Amino acid sequence: MASDSEEDFVVYGTPLEPLDEDEPLKKPIPLHEQTVKDEKGRYQRFHGAFTGGFSAGYFNTVGSKEGWTPSTFISSRQQKAENHNARPEDFMDEEDFSEHGIAPSQITTSQEFSSGCRDEVREKTRAVISQMALIPGDNLLEELITPARLSIGVELLRRMGWKEGQGIGPRVKRKLRQRQKEGGARVYSCALPHIGSEGSEDDDDEEFAPENVTFAPVDVTPVDFSPRSGVQGLGYRGLNPGLALLGHGAAEHINLFNPESETRSQLFGNAQKTSRKGRISGQAFGVGALEDNDDDVYHKDSMTRYDTVLGGEEPGDGLYGWTAPQQYNNRRDTSKALSYLGKIPEGFTVALKHTKEKMIFPPPVLPPDFRPVHGFHPSLLGTTAVSPALRQALATSRGHMVKEEPQQGGRHQLDSSQRRALLGEDVLHSSSSVMELLRPEDRQRLYNLHNDSKTTSAKCQNAIHPSGSVTRSTVVSLTQPLPQSCSTPSSSLQEDSLASWRGVQSSTHTFRPFVKNPSKQARYEQFLSRLKHGDKDAVEQSLDPGMTEWERSRERDEFVRASILYQPTSSSLSSRFTVAQHQEDDDAVEVCRDEEGAVDNKQAAVKMKMFGKLTREMFEWHPDKLLCKRFNVPDAYPGSGVVGLPKVKRDKFSVFNFLNVTESREMTAPLKPPEMRKKSRWDVSEQEELDKEDELPTSASTASPNSISDQTQAQKRKEDDKEEQQKEEEEEEEVVVSRPPMDLFKAIFASSDDDSSSSEVESEEEDTKEGEGKNDLHPLNLFNVPSTSVTSSITSCSSQKTVVFSQTSMQEEFGPSLPPPSGTDTRGGATSHYSSSTEDKQRKKNKEKKVKKKEGKHKKDKKKKKQKKHKHKEKHQKKSKEEESSDEDSEGHVSTEELLKRLKSIP
Amino acid sequence: MRTQGNSQPHLQRAALRHTCRNRIRRRTRLPVCTAQLTKELWLTIMLCHGGAVRAVRFNADGNYLLSCGSDKSLKLWGVSRGTLLKTYSGHGYEVLDADGSYDNSQLCSCSSDKSVILWDVASGQVIRKLRGHAGKVNCVQFNEEATVILSGSIDGTVRCWDTRSRRFEPIQVLDEAKDGISSVKVVQHELLTGSVDGRVRRYDLRMGQLHVDFINSPITCVCFSQDGQCTLSSSLDSVVRLLDKSTGEMLGEYTGHKMKSYKLDCCLSSKDTHVLSCSEDGHVYCWDLVEGSLSLKLPVGKAVVQSLSFHPTETCLLTSMEGCVQVWAAEPEETQDEVTMAT
Repeated sequence: MASDSEEDFVVYGTPLEPLDEDEPLKKPIPLHEQTVKDEKGRYQRFHGAFTGGFSAGYFNTVGSKEGWTPSTFISSRQQKAENHNARPEDFMDEEDFSEHGIAPSQITTSQEFSSGCRDEVREKTRAVISQMALIPGDNLLEELITPARLSIGVELLRRMGWKEGQGIGPRVKRKLRQRQKEGGARVYSCALPHIGSEGSEDDDDEEFAPENVTFAPVDVTPVDFSPRSGVQGLGYRGLNPGLALLGHGAAEHINLFNPESETRSQLFGNAQKTSRKGRISGQAFGVGALEDNDDDVYHKDSMTRYDTVLGGEEPGDGLYGWTAPQQYNNRRDTSKALSYLGKIPEGFTVALKHTKEKMIFPPPVLPPDFRPVHGFHPSLLGTTAVSPALRQALATSRGHMVKEEPQQGGRHQLDSSQRRALLGEDVLHSSSSVMELLRPEDRQRLYNLHNDSKTTSAKCQNAIHPSGSVTRSTVVSLTQPLPQSCSTPSSSLQEDSLASWRGVQSSTHTFRPFVKNPSKQARYEQFLSRLKHGDKDAVEQSLDPGMTEWERSRERDEFVRASILYQPTSSSLSSRFTVAQHQEDDDAVEVCRDEEGAVDNKQAAVKMKMFGKLTREMFEWHPDKLLCKRFNVPDAYPGSGVVGLPKVKRDKFSVFNFLNVTESREMTAPLKPPEMRKKSRWDVSEQEELDKEDELPTSASTASPNSISDQTQAQKRKEDDKEEQQKEEEEEEEVVVSRPPMDLFKAIFASSDDDSSSSEVESEEEDTKEGEGKNDLHPLNLFNVPSTSVTSSITSCSSQKTVVFSQTSMQEEFGPSLPPPSGTDTRGGATSHYSSSTEDKQRKKNKEKKVKKKEGKHKKDKKKKKQKKHKHKEKHQKKSKEEESSDEDSEGHVSTEELLKRLKSIP
Repeated sequence: MRTQGNSQPHLQRAALRHTCRNRIRRRTRLPVCTAQLTKELWLTIMLCHGGAVRAVRFNADGNYLLSCGSDKSLKLWGVSRGTLLKTYSGHGYEVLDADGSYDNSQLCSCSSDKSVILWDVASGQVIRKLRGHAGKVNCVQFNEEATVILSGSIDGTVRCWDTRSRRFEPIQVLDEAKDGISSVKVVQHELLTGSVDGRVRRYDLRMGQLHVDFINSPITCVCFSQDGQCTLSSSLDSVVRLLDKSTGEMLGEYTGHKMKSYKLDCCLSSKDTHVLSCSEDGHVYCWDLVEGSLSLKLPVGKAVVQSLSFHPTETCLLTSMEGCVQVWAAEPEETQDEVTMAT
């Protein structure tokens, strides 16, 4: 853990030495010992920071106690003293030459190998010298006469065949050279790419250029990657005061955004330089009469000069990357500008690629006998078209529709018809419309008003649904003017619902939204059925005429919405999906999809020993992902979330879910013929289990499950009741035949598990002690020493009897039992290497064989008894004891243990 | 890498299987190879475990043996000299089965106390105690790389425990059996389980399939053959059956022994030449695999021979009867004098 966590960190610096707690604490170094020494071990003393830092030497001296070491001048006839030029280095310490000294010495390129770039230091010195010289500007001359010394690079290039003015690189043929020269300067048409045009050009020039002649590449000036030193923005050069003073930039305003003006001129010699010099012009000085240039006094900057995008466009040739020289880029720009004739608006650039023209397909050619009139198919007309007259009639007659029965419910959930029914009022036929309550003149006025609004609404509907407007206008009737005008938006919904419901035949699976209000639901269903028949005014007809207008309109909206919301899926979809038969709830239970098949066939196959297809079944089984990983095996079903056998949900209360299981169990039961093998305890319990688990009335069990549970409860109750123990045992005798399921036992005796085991341990120990004690006296009575076997638990204290019984029953409930351990080895632990003398072995084997014959007999007897054990517990206990002891008496002396003992005694 | 490594043995296995089948089908024509087991096996060592020995197992290389029993302990012995090397105690009830990992670093054991314990061999400490079974755990087995422990219980489930992670829940619970699991075996990516519901189930992890063979009698023990192409299953109808793994056809049937009520072991010899089974009559029965004839009836004692295990390479057999473990070898070692070691 610790090492892991340490590995996770990145450590900076040198770690502190680990504290050793055993070490005695270091004494602090006394002040007088805290000295500073230089590399050579000389003492250094600190001065104050303002008096020079380190002392120069010995007691503030240079090298001697006096402070300096005098140099000696010796000159003799034989050895003449050299004229010694004192250099500054002579007066400096070696520390001064070090990296942090005052004159750090470092390796530099000698002048011979240094490139042509100027040495700043040298230039400075030269400038200083020129100032001090007699004639100022003396060094100008010097600069003019450059020494005929070239840098080593140039020399090397020359030796390789380079000449001044040529580019560097492999020699190229004319074509490429041409291209490089021309670039994209001359493009004839805007749409064509460069190559095509150049190809044509090259064809023209082909005759002049023989194949084998090559040319040096064009000399390209590299981009200078001078690092930015200031805080100005990209591309900003700053004003050159020298230029300004010279009047060079004053005339044409200094352009900060055209670096060409400066750098280009510097690099290529000043070809474009204007000739005007030495003129002072500007606002401050006015404009003279002879001067003609005053237009550019105030410079106007435009935003087009600024880059709006970082990076700039890439040169298209691919010859250079983004480091391409600027003139190269610029040339391309000009070519583009040339290709477009019109004026490019600000902020726009000419597209590099031509957009693809849209394919425009011609309209289909109409046949000569085409008539632009649409007609419906006659079959459709028959079902859907309802004559406007009939519709009108229906609309007016809706007053005599269905009378709903009153619905019990909250007062507020009732509609007016229900309330009316409750109150015992009559249906108000006359007051179906508000209009009838109004005075005739008012009505007339309203009617006029309404007509106006209706026409306008019809118009707008015409615009939206030109096809459906005709039929709808017929629906509009005088008797319901207000709602109709209000429901103009909902009428389009009505259309939708009509479209979706028309022709739907099966109405079994439709959702019923108004289940709580049966009358409403009935109305809704009526509405739906009408919709299915393609009735356009289905809503109006299915509404309750007894309701008020407001209620009716509300219900109309509801119905239409509901019909759209719960509209049937279209036929193509509905054929693929089915309505879920079972909603997911607690009533469902997960059942294995593949159930093991019927057993009777298999049994027959097994009897005929026809193993193979008949007895083999194969299922899809999904191993856990992690299990696959652990087994180093790829997942057989990647992406499936299923683990184990795939399961399906089935109704919990369906008998059929469990039919398979019970069947298989039932089949296993009769397959044990008594003569085939003896009934083991296991068999009994299996049968019992079977009976317990399928509590179906069909499977007749010997004892009813209720009685069993009662008995077990009784068992529990009477566990510590001594009086009823006899009865209990009698009951148990019955129980033996049909034992309750395992879970019940667990529930009752789970806690006593440990106790019983520990008690058994004790009993075991006791017994072993007893056994050991007895062993000396009765060495033959070995089988009597119990351990965990059934018999032993029976022989243990009688108070524990019931508990022990349950425990043993638990053990024997499932599966083949374990063979009973013999008591001989409970003392255990002795290891003996058997002697391998053949004589001994032969002897022993003969004896063993004898033993075996008898033993076999004896075993059979034993087993029979065990079967009957539950019935004759007490008896058996005694009997077995007796029998075993008697058996032992007769033949115990040939046990292997005995043999071993004998062998040991043999020297 | 793995597939490369597998390809060669796979071919070999296929060839072996072919010959195995042929041997069985042309029983009469082919000269039957007589194996070592036709000779008498000699009892070389007898170990007294103390308490009934429930299972006796060789370790992966066959140099050590494990015995476990009703004295709630697991014991590790050296096979050659019969030295008791270590006793592992920690179970609360009798230990029913044990297995050693391929690298001999770990042991697993299962017990009637419903738990499975993973042991450290050297220290004898309990690495992990896995609980989860609802009943006593009958059988336990490591997978090939000792990354998973499989335990089959009387509760009808096989639980796959992860030895790598600290998770105490099983990776997967195989609850397809309708009754208690009596035997579990693992070879490579296949699990073989024998259940008391009379079915042998083979889970193929690679294919994601479960094959169920109906035997019609409670299974006591199942084995893979060494070539991995056959399964051996002994059931309480006193028959040991050799089934073809892929089709489920019966290749051999071995009878004569007595196995009617107890959960006894069966196994194949190291070279798939013989089938061995415990018997309730105190013998170990040994049949010729191909002929199906009884080639040896080894008298072990007068009680029930409960467990046996065959050496992975040599001709060496372990049997357990009551409280003793017997080691049987092909030839008696004359040089060894009698050595007695007290535990």
